[in-house]
Amino acid sequence: MFDALSDRLERIAGRLRSRGRLTDADLDGALAEIRAALLEADVEVGVVRAFVQAVRGRCAGEALSKSLTPGQQVIKAVHEELVGVLGGETLKLTYASRPPTVVLLAGLQGSGKTTTAAKLARWWKQQGRNPLLVGADLQRPAAVEQLRVLGRQAGVTVFSEPTDPVAVARAGLEEARRLGRDVLIVDTAGRLAIDQELMDEVRRVSGAVSPHYTLLVVDAMTGQDAVATAGAFHQTLALDGVVLTKLDGDARGGAALSVKGVVGRPIVFASTGEKLGDFDLFHPDRMADRILGMGDVLSLIEQAERTMDRDSMAKSAGRLMEGRFTLDDFLEQLQQVKKMGSLGGIMKLLPGMSKELRQAADQIDDREVARVEAIMRSMTPAERGDPTIIDGSRRIRIARGSGVGTQDVNHLLKQHREMQKVVKGMANGGGIPGMPGLTGMGGLGGGANGGAGGLGGLRNARKQLAALQAMGEEGGTQGGLAALLAGEGGLPSLEAVASGNRAPAGGGIPARRGAKGKKKKGGRVTPPKGR
Amino acid sequence: MIALWIALGAVAFVVLLAGSVRYAATGLRGRRRAAPTATRPAPGRTPPARPTRPPGRAGQPDVLEAQVPEAHVPEVPLVLEPSVEALAPPSLRDRLGRTRGVFAGLRSLRGRGVDPETWDDLEETLLRADVGVSTVEVLLGDLRRRVASREIADGSELLDALRADLLDLLEVEQRWDAATPAGPAELPAPQVAPHPGDHDQEPVGRELRFDGEDGVVNVWLFVGVNGVGKTTTVGKVARQQASAGHSVLLAAGDTFRAAAGEQLETWAGRAGADIVRGAEGGDPSAVVFDAVQRAAARGNSLVLADTAGRLHTKVNLVEELKKIRRVADRAPGRVTEVLLVLDATTGQNGLTQARQFTDAVAVTGVVLTKLDGTAKGGIVVAIQRDLGLPVKLVGVGEGIEDLVPFDPADFVGALLA
Repeated sequence: MFDALSDRLERIAGRLRSRGRLTDADLDGALAEIRAALLEADVEVGVVRAFVQAVRGRCAGEALSKSLTPGQQVIKAVHEELVGVLGGETLKLTYASRPPTVVLLAGLQGSGKTTTAAKLARWWKQQGRNPLLVGADLQRPAAVEQLRVLGRQAGVTVFSEPTDPVAVARAGLEEARRLGRDVLIVDTAGRLAIDQELMDEVRRVSGAVSPHYTLLVVDAMTGQDAVATAGAFHQTLALDGVVLTKLDGDARGGAALSVKGVVGRPIVFASTGEKLGDFDLFHPDRMADRILGMGDVLSLIEQAERTMDRDSMAKSAGRLMEGRFTLDDFLEQLQQVKKMGSLGGIMKLLPGMSKELRQAADQIDDREVARVEAIMRSMTPAERGDPTIIDGSRRIRIARGSGVGTQDVNHLLKQHREMQKVVKGMANGGGIPGMPGLTGMGGLGGGANGGAGGLGGLRNARKQLAALQAMGEEGGTQGGLAALLAGEGGLPSLEAVASGNRAPAGGGIPARRGAKGKKKKGGRVTPPKGR
Repeated sequence: MIALWIALGAVAFVVLLAGSVRYAATGLRGRRRAAPTATRPAPGRTPPARPTRPPGRAGQPDVLEAQVPEAHVPEVPLVLEPSVEALAPPSLRDRLGRTRGVFAGLRSLRGRGVDPETWDDLEETLLRADVGVSTVEVLLGDLRRRVASREIADGSELLDALRADLLDLLEVEQRWDAATPAGPAELPAPQVAPHPGDHDQEPVGRELRFDGEDGVVNVWLFVGVNGVGKTTTVGKVARQQASAGHSVLLAAGDTFRAAAGEQLETWAGRAGADIVRGAEGGDPSAVVFDAVQRAAARGNSLVLADTAGRLHTKVNLVEELKKIRRVADRAPGRVTEVLLVLDATTGQNGLTQARQFTDAVAVTGVVLTKLDGTAKGGIVVAIQRDLGLPVKLVGVGEGIEDLVPFDPADFVGALLA
């Protein structure tokens, strides 16, 4: 049901012929798909309309690129427009010359204000600031209590008193001055935009502390209502920016675009988890990918990061880079993957999966994984370290030990040999396969990524995304995928992965070109939902 | 088959590789996340379980109490036999009224012919209500055919037909495993497998199910993503059930969110219900288990179990929820309702939420909260259409009485307003 936009566009792309120029009819078809995809991503109707117009303007008359299909060219335009809209202007957080710098948080009930307040406090603390939290949510039972607990976790003092919100805010400001705090974060009660009384109240709170930054907290799962709400809050409080919460779910987050479109203020922070540390500056390009339905690999990687043991990951990555891949490594990987959830679910997150493969993923029985694991566990450490010593009698013993047939053991060993070949190929840094047309989609990631500090990893992930997509493309069928992974014909793609991976370590241009070139061919992404 | 497995392993390994290299690039910045655990880690300090306390503590202004017009509790015995209309308090209609007229509305369509603009207006109204592209396409596709065949002649008839179709979609007369589709003929039949633990195949209406059998402790489980209003809903339901004559016990199953227990305790005080709490960061299943045991010992017939908000994408947390349900269903406990609490502002992700939660814990109905705002909650149409899950209750405000039975006619009226 929730087809990724890139999917949809690929489909019409097949119907478009390269005529040197996108015709109006081509565009109409593509734009209709874009519209539907944006609506499914919860972008507000009016914002969608304006957005589609803008994309039309961008595409109209543009010469067809040789290396991109018309569909891809449209995606590129959409992506650029999305990044443009989402990231056009950033909020530069400066500090008041006369501290404290006051930040006011407002939003609907349940959007995540209290948690965000604590996360912000922690974030500022990490920036070397000395924040004070003010609990001015006297409406919801135990909201202040919640803030106090979170404040303790963040190591930030919380101020509140059971009077009324305006008085609390004012007293909080005085308290911050008295304590010499340089950032004051005011948490307010959730309120509906049409509740005049409460909107007046938040205006009075705002008046009492004259915030330097007023941030609206918006739930990423919000639908069409985001516009009405953001508009009303903007009118009442003159917002400076937006905090997008609950981005760790699978909502496309079109609300981000809606809010940006209506309020015109930048999205400053993104909240991506329940822990206080799951909070960072907002990255427009990543959000653009997500709205387009291209972000699944990123979330997969994130999921991996969350659940996996980093040390062992780094260790095995190191070994892989050296071209070593023993059955021990394989076993370890398998266990790590198991932690992420069912293999079927993970498969669905992978881009470039064909329909058949997705269906296969549905039927996956995780007990099969256990069998593979059992085979490996029936080997001695020496055998796992060096499978070549496994002879006929060892084979029989292993098969008996794990309750499978010897042919299953053989199969596993054969697959492992082939995977090892792939790993060796990667380590030797084999040439980048000849990829025609290296410009184009690569531009997607570029600029926006580099800006925020420490995003090397993200940029890197983008390349993997590209390479993985390319991979999926080549391995369209089950057999194809297996062959691909076993190193027959798929090797080049994996090399692309490897070279993409090494880019930040100084790989530079060739690696990047490899990844980019691949991306063009990819584009099918399996959404994790819908089936 | 095993080949496929190896292939899967290999796919995963490529992803791992990607992840670990990313780690190499970013991980050294000290943003270590906690190692995974089967359940959520306890927060820094774990306060001991505290005995039940009355509301109105420090930080809990009395203002609040004043805002709750306690006198006006509609006699809504929710558990009840199907006389829903009779029970419906004026509240829903009144509250929904506040959202009317936000968009100039479709009333202008009345008395006009059907032109392209009409369709645009209809489509836009439905989309703005979060009904969702595919449901809108099905609805309007059917109407287009009927207009083309002259079955529908003008704007008034078109609006009436749309209203009727929407009401059809929200119809709950059939059984869950009904062979007949839930709406216009081309819509797929709802596909919900009744939970094996459920004892009945009775028609599923909008009334809340209560098993009056002796010695049975009914457990109503409230589930949903973060921030939709589960705790508040539990509080309101507690009050209503208590005034309907049930002896209610609350289980503070949200042991994760800071102060969620305190919040529920406040509601317990307001509703005059007992509450069982566990340690913050403790095992929620244990809390629910204790609650059922205590209910059985004290003769409470109904346990309302709050749970921590969790995104449906988090495998561990969904597993935790399954466990809570299993434990709650152990005699003398019997899970008679699993209510998915859904925020009316939720967009298309609501359908995914409903699907995943239903897969995990066999949701029996939806509570649509925050319908007193500008959001219309149209996603419940898609949820009922796809999953056959009826909306049972609607939250229309912060007061303890602001939870009313769902009235399809009022809802559709507001949707098209």
